[in-house]
Amino acid sequence: MTLTSLPQDDSVQVPAPDIAALGLRESATFDRATIADIQRAAATGVYDIRGWGAKRRVPHFDDLLFLGASMSRYPLEGYREKCDTDVVLGDRHASKPLHLQIPVTIAGMSFGALSANAKEALGRGASEVGTSTTTGDGGMTPEERGQSRHLVYQYLPSRYGMNPDDLRKADAIEIVLGQGAKPGGGGMLLGQKITERVAGMRTLPVGIDQRSASRHPDWTGPDDLEIKIGELREITDWKTPIYVKIGASRPYYDTALAVKAGADVVVVDGMQGGTAATQQVFIENVGIPTLAAIPQAVQALQELGVHRKVQLIVSGCIRTGADVAKAMALGADAVAIGTAALIALGDNDPRYAAEYAALGSAPGFYDDFQDGRDPAGITTQDPELASRLDPIAGGRRLANYLRVLTMEAQTIARACGKSHLHNLEPEDLVALTIEASAMARVPLAGTSWIPGAGQGTL
Amino acid sequence: MVTLMAPDATAPTSDSSTDVRPGSDAGDTTTDLDTASVRDLNQALHDSVGAASWTVTKPGGKHSLAVGITADVDVTIEGHAGYYAAGMLQKGRVTINGNAGVGLAENIMSGTVHVRGDASQSAAATGHGGLVVIDGNAGARCGISMKGVDIVVGGNIGHMSAFMAQAGRLVVCGDAGDALGDSIYEARIYVRGSVASLGADCIEKPMRAEHLEELGALLAAAGRSEDPSDFRRYGSARNLYHFHVDNSTAY
Ligand SMILES: Cc1cc2nc3c(=O)[nH]c(=O)nc-3n(C[C@H](O)[C@H](O)[C@H](O)COP(=O)(O)O)c2cc1C
Repeated sequence: MTLTSLPQDDSVQVPAPDIAALGLRESATFDRATIADIQRAAATGVYDIRGWGAKRRVPHFDDLLFLGASMSRYPLEGYREKCDTDVVLGDRHASKPLHLQIPVTIAGMSFGALSANAKEALGRGASEVGTSTTTGDGGMTPEERGQSRHLVYQYLPSRYGMNPDDLRKADAIEIVLGQGAKPGGGGMLLGQKITERVAGMRTLPVGIDQRSASRHPDWTGPDDLEIKIGELREITDWKTPIYVKIGASRPYYDTALAVKAGADVVVVDGMQGGTAATQQVFIENVGIPTLAAIPQAVQALQELGVHRKVQLIVSGCIRTGADVAKAMALGADAVAIGTAALIALGDNDPRYAAEYAALGSAPGFYDDFQDGRDPAGITTQDPELASRLDPIAGGRRLANYLRVLTMEAQTIARACGKSHLHNLEPEDLVALTIEASAMARVPLAGTSWIPGAGQGTL
Repeated sequence: MVTLMAPDATAPTSDSSTDVRPGSDAGDTTTDLDTASVRDLNQALHDSVGAASWTVTKPGGKHSLAVGITADVDVTIEGHAGYYAAGMLQKGRVTINGNAGVGLAENIMSGTVHVRGDASQSAAATGHGGLVVIDGNAGARCGISMKGVDIVVGGNIGHMSAFMAQAGRLVVCGDAGDALGDSIYEARIYVRGSVASLGADCIEKPMRAEHLEELGALLAAAGRSEDPSDFRRYGSARNLYHFHVDNSTAY
């Protein structure tokens, strides 16, 4: 049984009530989802584990708007005047930095959480448009190395499948301290997905409910991290860029400490960031929004004089080219996507409506990534389900989506008169709400007011 | 408000690499770390084609000594090593005639690491294979997340050793600290002395003939003379392998 759903009782068939006609009022606090959570907890005695990211509303890029060109700034001609999109990652200390054609990368998602076909599709799609993919908690598969032209190898607390040969094959190394969905939490993979191959790669018994470590086994704190980064550089002969990924909780200090420890690139993942399997209480209640994290990270980089020298990659609910442009205007050098990439591959596709219904879910709501029964064949290790995702077609859809994200971001950048996405700046933005204004540190639209400005920014 | 200071550039180069003579596929090479840098040493080891023997003098507790070795070399470090000595070893043999710092032989894949003194925390952490021998004591978290490595410690080990140990064997000729084998998977632990306390899901198990035999072989490989029948065996009760309401206090 999955930990997330109540046993279905099919014997009682009552038609859905007409809530409006009956004049029923739903509680704003005890809404139906909250009531269902309490009922589920009472029935099972175990916390809810699910995939996806935070579902609550938090201040986000939707609360920002761009100021297009006007009398004092002139726009670039769409399609005629250049608006470049490339980005170099990791040239601070590594002799072989990555040079990507677009600033949208694919975030770390493990083989295990995802099917081998899904990993291959991500590799194909990303390579087609000249960007990178990232391994995850579970090691590097030959399928992924084969298909990804630029592959980032995650170095996680669990060290599942950690192999120095793979480390040397990687185009970059990402030391994972945390994830936005669960800063301070370790990985989880439930038994349904620990097949023989997944178990073999992780040195675990087949079918167990895996709880991975949340702290690295051989270092604690920034001073140790500096020594650890030194070791990884020695092993890779100072060729490979080293990223440090943090879940957004104290991004000002974490970014500064990562820079001091010697990172080439800092990855900041906001609280809305996706996950394959985490306690719901963790997903919804720990960490700060992506919007609030970016200015703090950028401030740390600027104070250290390394903004644009140590690159900043931002993730956590990037969906559109506007989100890409807004993250970059706030100071990111690139973004990473997880959930949106899975949707591009076919996750939550309405054509599987009947099967989602059979799992007690619906297209647009499906988040039981931990369960391994994904009708779209993405978050599963079941060979029959996994075979539904054609890696070539999936890769093409992802490449299409990445092109759209890029073109959308370029559209906005040109309108702001920018010949490179990196030239977008906070001055191009205003906020729609006081909260977003305070977090993003851009003025409330129509005013020059930034709440908290001048009172110290932390 | 805190104002940060710009970080130092860290790219390491030494002006003299004359003390390293790489590429010799036989004979003994000496690297003196008073004059050569750690970078010189590791690069030379990575460039080496094997069957060579190396002596490292004046290690001075420096970090990341002899890491990422892939060739069949024999390295002797004459003195104390800092963090991650012999990290990710894939072949050959590293001997430390001194003490080793945190993360000795972390993620070792194969080959042998031998420390004649003591080792600090997280010795052989996440090791996938090979043999790590520590003649003296090892600190906390010895064998944490071990994934197939064999570890033989002549003295005592600290607390939280073999935490989440997945596979491989940990042999302790002295005593073990608190919470031994917490959340252990399929690794096997042999302890000759006392165990301060066992961690969650770790239990004592009977010593059968096959265990005496495997322990005897491990002790012999480590060059030790203890009697296998003086040891007790510990391993996983396998009660935490599946999420269950009754385990909630252990999560
Ligand atoms: C299915 C899935 C698996 C993931 N696995 C990992 C992982 O192994 N390691 C990691 O650092 N992050 C992992 N993440 C988080 C992503 O790397 C990324 O931080 C997050 O998805 C970004 O937010 P977004 O989903 O809103 O784009 C995973 C996310 C998803 C959706």
